[in-house]
Amino acid sequence: MLKNLRNLFHYRVLIQSLVVRELKARYRGSVLGFFWSFINPLLQLLIYTFVFAYVLPGRFQVEPYPLFLFTGILPWTWFSSSILEASNVLITSGNLIKKIMFPAEVLPFVVVFSNMVHFFLGLPILFAFLVYYGKLHWTLVFLPGVVLLQLVFSLGVCLFFSALSVHFRDVQNILANLLMLWFFSSPVIYPYLDISPSIQRWLNYNPMTHILVGYHQTLFTGSLGHWPWLLAMSVGSVVTFLVGYAFFDRLRDTYAEEV
Amino acid sequence: MGIAVRVSDLTKVYQRYAHRKQFRTLKSALLKGNLIGELRPDEIFSALSGVTFNVWEGSTFAVIGRNGSGKSSLLKVLAGITKPTSGEVEVNGRVSALIELGAGFHPEISGRENVFINGIMLGLSKREITERFDEIVEFAELEEFIDAPVKNYSSGMYMRLGFAVAIHVNPDVLLIDEVLAVGDQEFVHKCLDKISEFRRRGKTILLVTHSLGLVEKLADEAIWLDGGKIQVRGDPKKVVDAYLAQVTSREEEALAAAEEQAVAAFSGSPEAEPAPDEESPSQREKGRWGSREVEITEAALLGSDGEPRHVFDTGEPVTVRLRIKSSGTIKDFVFGIGIFNADGVCCYGTNTDIEEFVPLSLSGDGEVRFALDRLDLVEGTYFLDVAAHQRDGYPFDYHRSLHAFRVNSRVKDLGIYRPAHRWEFSSNISIKPPSEQ
Repeated sequence: MLKNLRNLFHYRVLIQSLVVRELKARYRGSVLGFFWSFINPLLQLLIYTFVFAYVLPGRFQVEPYPLFLFTGILPWTWFSSSILEASNVLITSGNLIKKIMFPAEVLPFVVVFSNMVHFFLGLPILFAFLVYYGKLHWTLVFLPGVVLLQLVFSLGVCLFFSALSVHFRDVQNILANLLMLWFFSSPVIYPYLDISPSIQRWLNYNPMTHILVGYHQTLFTGSLGHWPWLLAMSVGSVVTFLVGYAFFDRLRDTYAEEV
Repeated sequence: MGIAVRVSDLTKVYQRYAHRKQFRTLKSALLKGNLIGELRPDEIFSALSGVTFNVWEGSTFAVIGRNGSGKSSLLKVLAGITKPTSGEVEVNGRVSALIELGAGFHPEISGRENVFINGIMLGLSKREITERFDEIVEFAELEEFIDAPVKNYSSGMYMRLGFAVAIHVNPDVLLIDEVLAVGDQEFVHKCLDKISEFRRRGKTILLVTHSLGLVEKLADEAIWLDGGKIQVRGDPKKVVDAYLAQVTSREEEALAAAEEQAVAAFSGSPEAEPAPDEESPSQREKGRWGSREVEITEAALLGSDGEPRHVFDTGEPVTVRLRIKSSGTIKDFVFGIGIFNADGVCCYGTNTDIEEFVPLSLSGDGEVRFALDRLDLVEGTYFLDVAAHQRDGYPFDYHRSLHAFRVNSRVKDLGIYRPAHRWEFSSNISIKPPSEQ
């Protein structure tokens, strides 16, 4: 496994060019092309703002609510689309695994990285709003740390699900519902501090809770009160990654025969 | 000269998960409370067992065998796509496997971008691809279309580009799996030229193919795989002959079984079937009819050794032997034979009446032989019709298409009939005759 992990470094050119291919191919043929990377999060933002600012107003004690929402939706979208895509990436790319000597772990990596690029493309819009509302804080310098945390954690989760779905195709169906539950168990549409401590205790078991609070604090509130949790999460993400990778590695030899 | 590929005692076992074919779900696994147990195979299938061989550096090595004999499994293990179950495989140098051309292409992006990504997948660096890019495009003859998305390519263009990239990886060991079976003649020739160039440059080639002519022409050594085991190994000519002998005996078995079945199906009560109307040639159905006053109890094709057979080489002597039985003394009788090809075209037909034999009398059991000095038919499957009838056409016993036989030929010429022939050239035409088989 260690040898394979080291190999990952050699695959960086391959991963890089596949990410570029993924991004080019995704919007090829659509009229707005790359702008969809900006428009999609904006549309999502509009929908949630409509629901929580007009249909159910005054629920949460954060102002401006749309900005708060946007800070959470961007990283969540990165996370959830990565998992959904990763759960069938080995099957849709079966041709590569079966017909040429191809390092399979590259595929979930490409999924996570290309969704990260979409996340990055959404950031300038977020920053524009932050500047508009005068919400730029010095804590911004910790943002890369939170992003790295999410990246490592997502990779671990995606490696696990991509491997599992080769043997159990119904993982994809389960995931759609699981992600819905996961979404509402993470502080995306509500602020972490607004929920009662008895429920908070349970949400603390969710790694995404801490990652999202990390985004909220560095970008929105400008505080660092959550750092002990994030420190613990940095260990947690590395462990998740290693477990996910070990699982993937364990099943590696079965992919060419099963997909 | 070193060893380029070393395979020792290679075994590859595929596991089949029969019950999961139906309930391939996490639920059923969870219900049984045992994820690992669910991953246990019900049935195992050995694609390769105990395969051992070496390929010398710079040689061309061919693998032949029928479908499902383990050829592709072997190639996949050599390419590193799947792992051996046991045994060892060692490949020295850079490997390029032509298993499926253009396997990694993404339909939405341009040929140019696909060349780069495919090249990287196959182990080239970006610099190497840039250096070889023009050569690749030129080989694929896609200069005009290289910036169009690959989804708009014809299948020929797709394959050309796939082959071009794979061959320009410049491997030390090239693995080829039957990819030359697709593509037009021009492309195949181009690929063969490229492969010859590879051989001249001292590269190692491992070739899996059904084209036995190619094996004899290109390979230095060959193996014949059957049921995952090496049957024969060594000189390509020897290996191909051994393989062909087995193919012939299998065909013989299959034809004999089919004939037995056909004769049995139509040997019920005499006169059960009326003579069918004349149909178009392609609809010649098997059948037997007639009064059986004279019965053909057996029709067989005999080889030069006098033994019945169903598979012949073109040009061999063949005798059609009819065993007949008559219930009384018959004064008006004609024997006829006809040979039809698989399309129902009559290749040859004659009878004793046409050839002006005059029947005098026939009684009891007898034998009729129709001898051909040379069976000059091109390769294919043929049907033999045999008949006994009166001169006015009243049928005694008529067998239509009940007896099939196969003609094999090393020369793949066209048509139906191969007249004995020779080529002659004036002295200013320099042409090399085929090597004697």
